[in-house]
Amino acid sequence: MTEKPGAAAAAAEGGALPGEPLLRVRGLHVWIEGSHILQGVDLAVPASGVTALLGRNGVGKTTAVKAVLGLVPRTGEVLLEGRDITARPTHEITASGVGYVPEDRGVFNGLTVAENLRLAERPRGRPRYGLVHELFPELRKRAGQAAGTLSGGQQQMLAIGRALLNENRLLVVDEPTKGLAPRVVAEVADAVARAAAGVPVLLVEQNLALVRRVADEAVVLDAGRVVHTGPAAELLEDAERTRELLGVSRAHNAEEGEGR
Amino acid sequence: MDTPQSTAAAPAGGAAPAVGGAEEAAPRTPAGAPADGPPGAEGTRRRRIPRWAVPAAAVVLLALLPFSTLPVPGVFEGPLNSPATLQLLATCLVFAGLATSYDLLYGRLGLLSFGHALYFASGAYFAALLMELLRLPLAAAAPLAVAGGTLLALLLGAVSLRVSGIALAMVTLAFAQAGSILVVRDPGRATGGEEGLSLEADLVPDALVGVFNTANLYWLAAAYAVLAAGAVWWLDSTPTGRVWRGIRANERRVAVLGLNPYPYKLAAFTVAGGLASLGGVAYLVVSGGVTPVVTTAEFTLTLLVMVALGGAGTRWGPVLGAVLYTYLDHRLLDVAASDGFERLPAAVQAPLSQPLFILGMLFVAMVYFFPGGLAALPARIGAAVARRRRRGPPPD
Amino acid sequence: MSTVVLLLATGLGLGALYFLIASGLSLIFGLMDVLNFAHGAFLTVGGYAAWWASVHLPFAAGGGWGFLGAVAFGTAAGTAAAFLVELLAIRPLYGRHREQILVTVGLSLAVPALVQGIWGADPLTFPRPDIARGTVGVLGAAVPRDRLLLVAVAAAVLGGLLLFVRRTRYGLIVRAGVEDRAMVTALGIDVRKAFTLVFAIGGAAASLAGALGGLYFGVVTPTQGVSLLIFAFIVVVIGGTASITGCALASVAVAMIQQFANYYTVAGLGDIAVVAVLAAVLLTRQGGLTTRTAERVA
Repeated sequence: MTEKPGAAAAAAEGGALPGEPLLRVRGLHVWIEGSHILQGVDLAVPASGVTALLGRNGVGKTTAVKAVLGLVPRTGEVLLEGRDITARPTHEITASGVGYVPEDRGVFNGLTVAENLRLAERPRGRPRYGLVHELFPELRKRAGQAAGTLSGGQQQMLAIGRALLNENRLLVVDEPTKGLAPRVVAEVADAVARAAAGVPVLLVEQNLALVRRVADEAVVLDAGRVVHTGPAAELLEDAERTRELLGVSRAHNAEEGEGR
Repeated sequence: MDTPQSTAAAPAGGAAPAVGGAEEAAPRTPAGAPADGPPGAEGTRRRRIPRWAVPAAAVVLLALLPFSTLPVPGVFEGPLNSPATLQLLATCLVFAGLATSYDLLYGRLGLLSFGHALYFASGAYFAALLMELLRLPLAAAAPLAVAGGTLLALLLGAVSLRVSGIALAMVTLAFAQAGSILVVRDPGRATGGEEGLSLEADLVPDALVGVFNTANLYWLAAAYAVLAAGAVWWLDSTPTGRVWRGIRANERRVAVLGLNPYPYKLAAFTVAGGLASLGGVAYLVVSGGVTPVVTTAEFTLTLLVMVALGGAGTRWGPVLGAVLYTYLDHRLLDVAASDGFERLPAAVQAPLSQPLFILGMLFVAMVYFFPGGLAALPARIGAAVARRRRRGPPPD
Repeated sequence: MSTVVLLLATGLGLGALYFLIASGLSLIFGLMDVLNFAHGAFLTVGGYAAWWASVHLPFAAGGGWGFLGAVAFGTAAGTAAAFLVELLAIRPLYGRHREQILVTVGLSLAVPALVQGIWGADPLTFPRPDIARGTVGVLGAAVPRDRLLLVAVAAAVLGGLLLFVRRTRYGLIVRAGVEDRAMVTALGIDVRKAFTLVFAIGGAAASLAGALGGLYFGVVTPTQGVSLLIFAFIVVVIGGTASITGCALASVAVAMIQQFANYYTVAGLGDIAVVAVLAAVLLTRQGGLTTRTAERVA
């Protein structure tokens, strides 16, 4: 009795029904220059926790998150809180509450750190500068510096800070630790873990140590298709399966984890 | 290109299937993809007619046309073999060949050159200058002019093609503009400035002079159009043509395969420039002279319009587009000069008196409603009919 | 000495015209990847609308302040034209650069033809206000006032544009969009609104150039826009799309090369010298316009 009216209200607003995933993707196909990159991807991101999107290089992980956001032409269905957003333009999808940290960080080199953050402010939104500066004090110190002159790690912090500036329903983070020094990896991992406490995250990541630390669910892509779905811990426990799906040995991966 | 996003709407908050239920949705093919497939793909549907049959019939028809006294009321002023009609058709055919040469760059390689007018003008001006200054007969001036135009294309192409995309468009535009300025400034009173140059009749074979010989001019223009179209079609079927198509689709992939795209692009640029210079000579003879109009950037833009109007990268598109454009350009002027036109209100008369306004707007409409140009129309109509028969939803 | 001063002043005046056209082109191209051939048409619209206003509208007539009214009317007409072109012709083809270029090509042919159909191909004498009459003595040279007026207007437009891109939210969006348009949309910003705005701003500057170009040349003709447009394209390529200031410097440089070479060598050689400079810049410069756009449009 206490639950039902809320659920009905959520349904009326197009919000998620209890137990229904926050993001659901069905039959996602992407062609780029004649290549069939995604061949019918189905996946779901639950309403809390971190869902890791895994797979070897070039299996279509980045394309998949871009397709979810409408950054590449695609066919299929993308539902956010039960609402079909497939035909919506990217800016409407993200403005409705999706934070995005792209693979190449996507910071604007010619703009200052402060301007990069200001650009991410949403009209009628309440920018959480307090949170961002608490997580990354560096960003406040370097507010007037051009983003292009920041180090790779600082740029990544700016990209994550920018995505955390708004209160979101979903955070999409694409390989946040790629090409970063081990010490910075730890800082970025902390930030992702901290963010995940407040908002569901779809995380593309190669660093399995980070995945083990933060991920709840795992979806594995291979050659444009989903080949495995299940709890992240279960997958990573099974060294044989991990190697088969991801092409990395657990030992190697543990080493990398210790390295940080 | 334009792969449309799916508009398939699912009921919001509808029943959700189990997570990870892979392969349940049938893969959908992108509806936009087949629309601009490789040229010649449409031929597979009607295999019973040999590939050479339609071009061969067109050549025979073209050759025999001056023997016909058939009147085509409304379309042409006199019968088909009247000098006025043949003159108009000859101009159409010169532009058909020229547009085909431009399409070699624009449609088949995807190179955006805004300087094609330069090579056409080179052919015409080189020939006229050789005849005027050195008193060379046409038979000697023509090959020299074509050689000169081709060499110019080779040289400027070698420089221009070091950049691509918009930069290429700019640098070709700038070179052509330099040529245009040079011609208009009339250095040494040689190029005739705004007046241009007229053909020296005594240096031209008698068969190509005078109203009675308009049929010969027509055949000359037809021969040029057939040669230009034939050369481009033949080259397209060679291994080089396949590399060209690869460059158009994805230049980087060609490079990854170990082929340097540069010499292939330069070859196309030179061939296109050479064919354009030959067209310039044909134009000089057919129209009895040349003016700086053919050197301008606008002239190249009209070539672009012709090609896009007909259908870039297709067999018949550039030819159709050029013929239609040139025909309308001439005929609309006649219509504007007719008696009935005088009775129209001034507000209607003013825009309609300008062929370029009508053609420009027609072209804009074309880009919206028939993106593939005229050549894609049959396929589009066929697809629309088939869709209606299946009663499926429209793809975009 | 006085010749040099006069050439400098004339070059600056021409550079001012180039800047007014090229600044909009550069913003549009930088943000939208649209090589806007219709930009010359906005110039034609601005010039003819200003001329029409000076003949038909009482507030814009006369040699005094009425001129301001005529220029304002011309600029408003050009801005409206640019706004409509973006909304009706460019926006529906969003993401299809080649088709967008084709549409602007069609318009670049159609609009001057329409103007010619209505007002004829002959040059129309442009009214000359009192403030643009006569000359001012500068370092011993008699510099025509209209040159100085052009330079002052272009400087004001430069200042305004700099304020716009540096101090406003839309300016921020434009600067970010020039770098990475997709990322701007991924931040939840409807970049198309910035497109329309930039198109309108570009149209305003170009039509202002059209109205003031009437002053510089003394007449308006339907095809005035086309020849100026080609040099504006060259300015955009040389100056790049990264900064408004770069565009202003390139405008002045191109105009100076043209003026000095035309005066000291053979008339016409200045124009060709500019082309040579362009070729040299394109072929020697790494990065910038050349590499960034190579893959986008082709």
